[in-house]
Amino acid sequence: MIRFILLQNRQGKTRLAKYYVPLEDSEKHKVEYEVHRLVVNRDPKFTNFVEFRTHKVIYRRYAGLFFSICVDITDNELVYLECIHLFVEILDHFFSNVCELDLVFNFHKVYLILDEFILAGELQETSKKIGLRRPQSSVVYNTSTSSTSSWSRAKKCPGLHACRVSVLVRQRRPSSAQISCITAS
Amino acid sequence: MDLSLNPFSSGTRLRDMIRAIRASKTAAEERAVVRRECAAIRAAISDNDQDYRHRNMAKLMFIHMLGYPTHFGQMECLKLIAASGFPEKRIGYLGLTLLLDERQEVLMLVTNSLKQDLNHSNQFIVGLALCALGNICSAEMARDLAPEVERLLQTRDPNTKKKAALCSIRIVRKVPDLAENFMGSAASLLKEKHHGVLISVVQLCTELCKASREALEYLRKHSVEGLVRILRDVSNSSYAPEYDIAGITDPFLHIRVLRLMRTLGQGDADCSEHVNDILAQVATKTESNKNAGNAILYECVETIMGIEATSGLRVLAINILGRFLSNRDNNIRYVALNMLMKAMAVDTLAVQRHRVTILECVKDADVSIRKRALELVYLLVNDTNVKPLTKELVDYLEVSDDDFKEDLTAKICSIVEKFSQDKLWYLDQMFKVLTLTGNFVKDDVWHALIVLISNAPELQGYSVRSLYKALQASGTQESLVRVAVWCIGEYGEMLVNNISMLDVEEPITVTESEAVDALELALKRYSVDVTTRAMCLVALLKLSSRFPQTSKRIQAIVVQNKGNTVLELQQRSIEFNSIIQRHQSIKSSLLERMPVLDEASYLLKRAASSQATVSLTKSAPSAASGGSLKVPNGAVKPPPAPLADLLDLSSDDAPVTTSAPSTAPNDFLQDLLGIGLIDTSTAGGAPSASTDILMDLLSIGSYPVQNGPLATSNISSPGQAVTKHAPGTPQVIDLLDGLSPSTPLPDVNAAYPSITAFQSATLKMTFNFKKQPGKPQETTMHASFTNLTSVTLTNFMFQAAVPKFIQLRLDPASSSTLPASGNGSITQSLSVTNNQHGQKPLAMRIRISYKVNGEERLEQGQISNFPAGL
Repeated sequence: MIRFILLQNRQGKTRLAKYYVPLEDSEKHKVEYEVHRLVVNRDPKFTNFVEFRTHKVIYRRYAGLFFSICVDITDNELVYLECIHLFVEILDHFFSNVCELDLVFNFHKVYLILDEFILAGELQETSKKIGLRRPQSSVVYNTSTSSTSSWSRAKKCPGLHACRVSVLVRQRRPSSAQISCITAS
Repeated sequence: MDLSLNPFSSGTRLRDMIRAIRASKTAAEERAVVRRECAAIRAAISDNDQDYRHRNMAKLMFIHMLGYPTHFGQMECLKLIAASGFPEKRIGYLGLTLLLDERQEVLMLVTNSLKQDLNHSNQFIVGLALCALGNICSAEMARDLAPEVERLLQTRDPNTKKKAALCSIRIVRKVPDLAENFMGSAASLLKEKHHGVLISVVQLCTELCKASREALEYLRKHSVEGLVRILRDVSNSSYAPEYDIAGITDPFLHIRVLRLMRTLGQGDADCSEHVNDILAQVATKTESNKNAGNAILYECVETIMGIEATSGLRVLAINILGRFLSNRDNNIRYVALNMLMKAMAVDTLAVQRHRVTILECVKDADVSIRKRALELVYLLVNDTNVKPLTKELVDYLEVSDDDFKEDLTAKICSIVEKFSQDKLWYLDQMFKVLTLTGNFVKDDVWHALIVLISNAPELQGYSVRSLYKALQASGTQESLVRVAVWCIGEYGEMLVNNISMLDVEEPITVTESEAVDALELALKRYSVDVTTRAMCLVALLKLSSRFPQTSKRIQAIVVQNKGNTVLELQQRSIEFNSIIQRHQSIKSSLLERMPVLDEASYLLKRAASSQATVSLTKSAPSAASGGSLKVPNGAVKPPPAPLADLLDLSSDDAPVTTSAPSTAPNDFLQDLLGIGLIDTSTAGGAPSASTDILMDLLSIGSYPVQNGPLATSNISSPGQAVTKHAPGTPQVIDLLDGLSPSTPLPDVNAAYPSITAFQSATLKMTFNFKKQPGKPQETTMHASFTNLTSVTLTNFMFQAAVPKFIQLRLDPASSSTLPASGNGSITQSLSVTNNQHGQKPLAMRIRISYKVNGEERLEQGQISNFPAGL
């Protein structure tokens, strides 16, 4: 079972944190700090798995973003690695070429997508089409029913796309899938 | 029309707030922005602002993510959920899952809204409610809403179905009793075609099997064929772009099905036979050049190892692991090591073949791989390969990083001890480890080493000379210094006169004053800790009797510490000085070599202490201070010297308090040297009564015996752990006559006899009851658990549930480890308030989970034999 999912940038800022087990707020911050410290300095050649307390963290880096999933010690590490990639692909399709700032400004949509992908700590949907269609239809449904809402997808500012998670081509070695570079804005 | 652009509207848009926060250059600026926004949101909440409620909630979520307190917005979530529109509900549920969790009481209020939404006609709203339920469902909600979720499992919409299945997982986790309600629909849903539904249902089945034995049996009968069909379809299916990952159709579904097959096939030959063929097919046909394929192979191997597979299939599995191990990808090597550990139980020889590769992995740059490999090596060691393996590990100790040394040292010590048929080899390895990483060696390890040296008269000379040489070479490793100092003190003359030389040894010449030099150096070394210094002083004192010529010099060294700020050292210094000066007549008999330490009792004690997580503090010596040597069990062999008597005493009774388990438990070596300074000072704040036996024996240092809040207890036989009292229990069983201030407690529980509330093949639970006078509703219960098996139970957890008219508070348990065969117990107290006292009796359901040999077990039961009147 998945204990929590974290999205953090290299500086340790948490962009998304989803906990499937109840933790105190202070404990959450500690966990986020520790996980970041664990993953940020690891060599790209190393395994994508780190033992964390009595669980293990499967992480993968995309540009400056770390996607970390904490699972039980008996779970299959390799498949969670694929999970992360599938999630990133869905994000990438949804935001068409996703970047960190998309996740910051649309954090609520990211949560929505995640809720369609994983529920109660277990995988919910493995189809890329549905994984995409559901949240979209949900957003559309929303805008059509509420005129006062500022939730519809706003036109993107061109300046926001300074750093991209960018093209998600499936690569042979997953851990080397550090995708594209960051051009400082 | 966007209202937020209206200059007359209050507040800013979410996007603008995020921009403002991002634009803040300093943390103070950010805090100011957040404060301003929070103030605006609070104002909107108190105005009961309808239009911006969902926007405010979104802002609050962002603020929450930044780590600021947002509890004031919790009620707003509930209002949004109760609203009729989809956008309001959506943001409300999102807020609910982010800002609250299952432990908050506010959650009680949301149950009704959830119920309504679960019955809503719009599938999106039902989806939202299921999502929220899956994320934050508590046990209470699980009971209330399980019928709705059950019904939703039967709807036509696949999206609702899969969400309902996952919600059921959460419900079953919270309330395992409900498992039987779900098993029928779960088994029938396996006929679905939709992958999302399938994967959810397969996961639900796995969870049901864990929660209930009955569900496991049911699913064994009704689901195996369905699973085989799903796996065959998905692995034979042609290219499906929707589910394709690296050329494999839906590896996620593959893996979930394989996992369920493992759960079903474990210990069941029929099921295993059914799945044998399809497992062989998956294991041979899956391509292994991509991560997704390897993930399937990995899961498949695990399933083959887990079930009653044919031997041919097992060979296939081991071969796959061999291929994994030689893979260049670190991830694959990591999982191979992980798997080989499980394969050890099935086929040790096959794993032994990969020994060289595994040993290489211990030296890998990646800490994750190193840890796995080290654990595997530890399992691989046997009588025949222990020497070369240990040599490899010790060699690697020199070059490994500091943070890995600790693990490595512990493992080497453990290996060396386990296979120490040859004492000389054991000593050599231990000396090497002490020299290289003495700072990481645990106390009990070097204590065991000293016990062994003391028991091997033919090797004492060799040991003291080797240690002396090692001390000269590297005097910075704490444990090495301690062992060396102790040996020089005890066997100093063997060092100087080259007594009992072994053939392999080269003779060394050490003069008496050089031996004293070594001790002086150790004593005066910068940053040496108090324990070591105290040991040095004792060793010097002993040498003063062994080498009479150096007596004057030793006295001078000892006197230097008489002004030391550490009380212990000062006291020793003054007392030892007076021994050397004024008590010449008794000195030689007093400072005789220590009698042989009893190896068997030490080992017993060590085993007991490693099992019981309660740590033992060193108040034992305090019992000796009056000189009345009362050995509590009377079963002590006649001691050869008065000193030995003290030793036996201190090793035989082991008083306990519940204190931090990190303190070194019951090391009687420390006790008898009186050097438990550090340990006692950290032991749970209890006043330390660490009295030096040597001094007591001489009646020089009058050390006050404290027996105030130190909760001591008595142990009836040596090595038998440990009856336990909660701290603060005023039940002091003092070993000394006339010192005990406490009188036996009147039996307050007389009105309510204790009961055996629960008993199974493995466990016994008893309850003691206590009532405060004047409060008939409230009862304090002390539960104590005893293990009836011969295996230690770990991760022990006790949970209890009561009817609504009773309130229950569970205090933390004394430990999570329950030692085998009744050697100790776990205690936990419960406070129960019966709001309908006198009308309804107490009733309680209990659930106990623990691990036996790493395997999780669960026991449940109902207690109805409470004494009347509670």
